[in-house]
Amino acid sequence: MWYLCVFYHRLLDYRKPEVESLAELFGAFKDSNSDNNGNPQKKSLEWRLPQDHHPDSPFHFVNLPSEVIARSIANRSILVKGIYELWGEGSSYEELEEAVKGYPDERKLPYLTSESTFKITVDSFGKVISFQEQNDRIRGFSYIPFKGRVNLRNPEHKFWLMETDDYGSNNGLPPVVQRRIFFGREVGAADRKLLPTYQLKSRTYLGPTAMDAEMAFLMANQALVTPGKLVFDPFVGTGSILIAAAHFGAMTMGADIDIRVVRDGRGPDCNVWSNFKQYGLPMPISLLRADNNLPPWRPGLKEVFDAIICDPPYGVRAGGRKSGGRKLLKGVVGPYTVPDDKRTDHIPSTAAYSLVECVHDLLDLAARMLVMGGRLVFFYPVLREDDSIDSNFPEHPCFKLVASCEQILSFRYSRVLLTMVKTGSYTEEIAESARIKHLEFKENHLKWLEDGNLHSAVFSPADPQLGETGDTKFKESKPKYRGKYV
Amino acid sequence: MRLLTHNMLSSNIKGVTNGFPLRIEVEKVVEKPVDFNADFLKNMFAKIEWKALVDASRILGYAELPDEAEPSMLDSDDFLKKFHHALLELHLEEGALVCPETDRRFPVTKGIPNMLLHEDEDINNSAAFLNADTV
Repeated sequence: MWYLCVFYHRLLDYRKPEVESLAELFGAFKDSNSDNNGNPQKKSLEWRLPQDHHPDSPFHFVNLPSEVIARSIANRSILVKGIYELWGEGSSYEELEEAVKGYPDERKLPYLTSESTFKITVDSFGKVISFQEQNDRIRGFSYIPFKGRVNLRNPEHKFWLMETDDYGSNNGLPPVVQRRIFFGREVGAADRKLLPTYQLKSRTYLGPTAMDAEMAFLMANQALVTPGKLVFDPFVGTGSILIAAAHFGAMTMGADIDIRVVRDGRGPDCNVWSNFKQYGLPMPISLLRADNNLPPWRPGLKEVFDAIICDPPYGVRAGGRKSGGRKLLKGVVGPYTVPDDKRTDHIPSTAAYSLVECVHDLLDLAARMLVMGGRLVFFYPVLREDDSIDSNFPEHPCFKLVASCEQILSFRYSRVLLTMVKTGSYTEEIAESARIKHLEFKENHLKWLEDGNLHSAVFSPADPQLGETGDTKFKESKPKYRGKYV
Repeated sequence: MRLLTHNMLSSNIKGVTNGFPLRIEVEKVVEKPVDFNADFLKNMFAKIEWKALVDASRILGYAELPDEAEPSMLDSDDFLKKFHHALLELHLEEGALVCPETDRRFPVTKGIPNMLLHEDEDINNSAAFLNADTV
């Protein structure tokens, strides 16, 4: 059945992938695992836009197999304002009335009975409707035979009237060609109360790269986190990503190369453990100090994690480190032999860990340690040019990319949340072919990420080569419609 | 450190061929209750090295696990509870993990195992990894 899916006007690239992921999580694709010939079918939903709507519009239609699934998706999501059974739409109130009257009675009457309670909310996008006008519009619904009692606090049935109008195109919202009015019954809505509860500013232990709560929940949704799953973050830091996973019931595990962060924090009541305690969440199953470049897993251990979620260090706000000194890795000096009496407290030297190597190690680790069908969700930085991004992302033969969602961070730089699903099992041969493939990838696409290019792209504002002409061009081309910037 | 973690870790020192299981040196053991999840345990059972778990749980002072286990035992609630307790609720808070081949100690402090190697133990075998000429 087709439902009206209305999004919050935020993180536009993340909206549909979140719904698709949750649809998979709640079993929307269960019956369509393979077509008649036994070929695996594409697991995606059918989407449709209302007439004349811009793709960035918050209003979308989506085809879902059942109301139960629609409700589960909406209630678990972060970006879905609501999923509605549409009773009618139109470009005027006359058209809307006709449509609602024409909607089958057997779909409407069960929600209008005298024993039930209900509420009608008037909402708009891109404009403000005064309280007086809202009341007038609600009274206008006298043609719908509501028999139940009104209950504004805790109604059984919530009805929504939503309107969007031509508000001019200079306010950064997606352009609207024509007024459109929707009326429907709410099936489910996101629980955004999560976000103030988990907001970073109230968290005790924070690091410079703690993941914002909204994004952490989105990552957990992309990773299909459910109770009893084992989720690993190899760059755990202060645990901000695992907190979202633990909220959804996952068993969590984290590793970090910096022992001060995972073990000590800022004292007995300000560390990774206390962050979990603060929200009453189950503690991580395990935190350990380990190097992603030299993971300490026992040989033969594979396919244990259901999801790996992380924000790898890519050298903008925090640089990656791996074992071994700079000179040691270049082969200039031999390894320093640690005197026996100093072994206990010795702090091994580390070297910068380039993004290329880090991403390779991450894919290799995920290919080995994820269960089949398990998901790898991680951020990957990209340089923006001419308002489009280089859409070549790292690949691995064991993985299929299911979603890439861009979040623009500055004029020249964004980060993309990649969601990959493990589709092939890991063997030594595959690991080797992945290594070679990754080298080619590095040659072709990652040059700019090396040697601090990314860092300078972020921190030095304008490209000196552009000169003055470039500057004026920049001013003229400043986009009126901000699209993905929200 | 829970025994699930112990069951996953090995000594990755260069040249060590069999770094698993790490020997446990106990200074302090604590018990922390964890919500019981039968599905999680059933999933994990196939991935656990049973003998290593039994030995480790005995070192931490819990002797209830049977020497041998097979998947059919997962139907017994009693067995699951013991498995749950050993795998997830026993913590090595202070102590060390010791490499069975080289006797290198990996300290465990505040429940966190420090698996990072020293310079002379690990010359990064993947150091040359991204030099194209090694392909």
